[in-house]
Amino acid sequence: MLNPKQSDKLASVMLYTIAGFVILVLAALVGYILVQGVPHLSWHFLTSPSSAFTAGGGIGVQLFNSFYLLIMTMIISFPIALGAGIYLHEYANQKNQFIRLTRTAIEILSSLPSVVVGLFGFLLFVVQFKLGFSILSGAIALTFFNLPLLTRSVEDSLRSIPNLQREAGAALGLSRWETVGHIILPAAVPSIVTGVVLSAGRVFGEAAALIYTAGQSAPALDFGDWNPFNTASPLNIMRPAETLAVHIWKVNSEGIMPDAAAVSAGASAVLIIAVLLFNFLARFLSSVLYKHLTATK
Amino acid sequence: MDLIRESLLKKSKASKKDQFGRVITFSALLLIVLVVVSIFWFVASKGLATFFSNKVNLWDFLSGKNWAPGQTDASGTPLTGALPMITGSFLVTLMAALIATPFAIGTAVFMTEISPKRGAKILGPVTELLVGIPSVVYGFIGLSVIVPTLRYLFGGSGFGILAGAMVLFVMILPTVTSMTVDTLKSVPRHYRESALALGATRWQTIYKVILRSATPGILTAVVFGMARAFGEALAVQMVIGNASLMPKDLTSPASTLTSILTQGIGNTVMGSLENNVLWSLALILLLMSLVFNIIIRAIAKKGAI
Amino acid sequence: MTANLQGSLNLTGSQPDRHIYQMDKDKHEIALSTTDLQVAYGNNVALQNADLSFERFKITSLIGASGSGKSTFLRSLNRMNDDVATVGGQIMYRGLDINSHDIDVYEMRKHIGMVFQRPNPFAKSISDNITFALKQHGMHDKKKLAEIVETSLKQAALWDEVKDDLKKSALSLSGGQQQRLVIARAIAMKPDILLLDEPASALDPISSSKIEDTLMELKKHYTIIIVTHNMQQASRISDYTAFFHAGEVIEYDLTRKIFTRPKVQLTIDYVNGNFG
Repeated sequence: MLNPKQSDKLASVMLYTIAGFVILVLAALVGYILVQGVPHLSWHFLTSPSSAFTAGGGIGVQLFNSFYLLIMTMIISFPIALGAGIYLHEYANQKNQFIRLTRTAIEILSSLPSVVVGLFGFLLFVVQFKLGFSILSGAIALTFFNLPLLTRSVEDSLRSIPNLQREAGAALGLSRWETVGHIILPAAVPSIVTGVVLSAGRVFGEAAALIYTAGQSAPALDFGDWNPFNTASPLNIMRPAETLAVHIWKVNSEGIMPDAAAVSAGASAVLIIAVLLFNFLARFLSSVLYKHLTATK
Repeated sequence: MDLIRESLLKKSKASKKDQFGRVITFSALLLIVLVVVSIFWFVASKGLATFFSNKVNLWDFLSGKNWAPGQTDASGTPLTGALPMITGSFLVTLMAALIATPFAIGTAVFMTEISPKRGAKILGPVTELLVGIPSVVYGFIGLSVIVPTLRYLFGGSGFGILAGAMVLFVMILPTVTSMTVDTLKSVPRHYRESALALGATRWQTIYKVILRSATPGILTAVVFGMARAFGEALAVQMVIGNASLMPKDLTSPASTLTSILTQGIGNTVMGSLENNVLWSLALILLLMSLVFNIIIRAIAKKGAI
Repeated sequence: MTANLQGSLNLTGSQPDRHIYQMDKDKHEIALSTTDLQVAYGNNVALQNADLSFERFKITSLIGASGSGKSTFLRSLNRMNDDVATVGGQIMYRGLDINSHDIDVYEMRKHIGMVFQRPNPFAKSISDNITFALKQHGMHDKKKLAEIVETSLKQAALWDEVKDDLKKSALSLSGGQQQRLVIARAIAMKPDILLLDEPASALDPISSSKIEDTLMELKKHYTIIIVTHNMQQASRISDYTAFFHAGEVIEYDLTRKIFTRPKVQLTIDYVNGNFG
């Protein structure tokens, strides 16, 4: 048997080994993608359309689709999440049974597999409402996927604003709505923005919810045509739009172009870099906005 | 005097604004609830159609080993045995959780107890970042690194349960680790101090005091990771081989609920039996995510007492 | 609680267990009065049997130990407790029971303002802090707003310190200045009654005495009700004092009587610092 001192020593060695191994795995993971993918990145790769059968295709359309879909998703989901978050924190009676049920529902929504959310979007919007594989269907599916997290982050941001501020507004005869709109929300902006950007990173990389809603094809776009009602216009929300994440999956499971591995490595690298950027952007924005808010002019 | 009295009895502009705000924000909340209810409603009604309209026997569905919904067996009943996928899903999830748990706990203990400085500076941000990496990227890694490695080690194609479990292990590791770190951090400082003051070694303190009091939180982290693994579709689909056969070993092509679902739903006709059974698979996914949710709640309830 | 209270009173024998000063409506103009006010947080009764009248243009102090119900009482007067507690009884203001459902709370709070223990200026400029609520209530005349900013800051004795940088963020002020800004913000609404919940307890002695001077000045135009822990402060500034204990008003009288010849044993003990 080991004495306590020896087992302490042994445990320490083990913990160092485990931590070292995990660091190694995670570093290898990121390293592999960057090493494989970054050399493949070029202006051509990032801007030209993909090709199905021959080498030399790019990810231009997919990259644009990812960003466009992200923006559409945020336009739909942010107002809803903001409203729900405000109600939950500023108006709701926390002991009310219905409110508790609501919280449970939101929690369940956040834990649903994204493929199920995507299939629901497919069933209801693509098929029933006949929206087809489109940016709109995709954005709605991503909204469902995004709402719980965003709502929670709005609520947490509101919670971080001291109650003193609410009392100040109330004591001046201001309605809760006025106090929230003019006092509480402006003070919560830095952390709400952080939450939005972090959720944007998640939405940007989501694929399973999209393959049957935004679709798996990326028709060529005419970047000279910005009329949203034209079929080839990048802004058209009724066109199918394969995103970067979906492209990686598609290329790997069905791709027959000779440079599939290189294309997916490059696309993966772009995805990871985008997630990194969203992360830094969140940190940066929150600190800048926070400084601005407390600035003494 | 009277003006003030009157104004007190009338509905003020502020009251009206407040009413407006209440209605608007409540509608937003209601919309979310509506979404959750309709997801359950639609998936359940589609998924149950297999049993009510197509008269598939529930037990045959859950325990049958032959999956070929387009074909019928000798007696004319369609081959809708979902056991291969159910087994596949549970196997990859359990294996991934089994491998990830010790690594996650070890790393979390290292980050909070052994080397908090390095933990805070390097490991912390790195795990946070990895939590955000899209699952297709994990799938791609699996396809280009794990599958060839397994092929080299064990022969065969490399696709299979083991490849799926490895991909999910790497995928849930950051999540489980960072949740475990949060739990360990919430263990009160004086627990450590009093244990050390009683002459316990660092390892005894970690093992007997800290991990013990953090058990509910760690369990939550693991179950949360399992829920993610169980519901993950594309990363698994890319490496498991997608053969709807009962898994004979860990390194031959198999399938999970999600992998068959993503593959099949586009290739079947809405309303047909082939399509409805796929929705039944989706319903199992939905119910399992409820089960994970209930487990997490039960742990939280027990931990609170 | 009540049983306990009576037990201790029986020991002291001859004194009354309660003494409430009754205001003569012909001699005093009453700004606000409560009848049988009761406040409960869930099943926990924090205050009961509170019947007090407050004279116009006077300062009334509410004293008592922590948890005696004095802050609960004060916060009920402009219904700041509505969300967290059930408040029973009547609060009469201008002949109306403002504790009733017919009353528009937001409108009422314009006339019964409140200042809290910790300064809570908005993260806006000094002048915006004062004008924000006025603008929301529909006042947009720039000249008039500027005038109000000046007069209310003067009344709160802050004008001379900030007149040159009214655009500066209110958060850059010191704690004492912030609290006077908050008072200025409250009086800019031209309320009848000003409720203050330990407004000086978070401040240093110098800022605290400035606040006291401000209040003495303000009572010319406002009825002031102030909760305070500081008995010297109560005796210096207030005309009336109410002593709270265990959720009830034990004694209410002219301040000089409370501090020189209190009638109830509990008040004597508290004022002499025997508990608290």
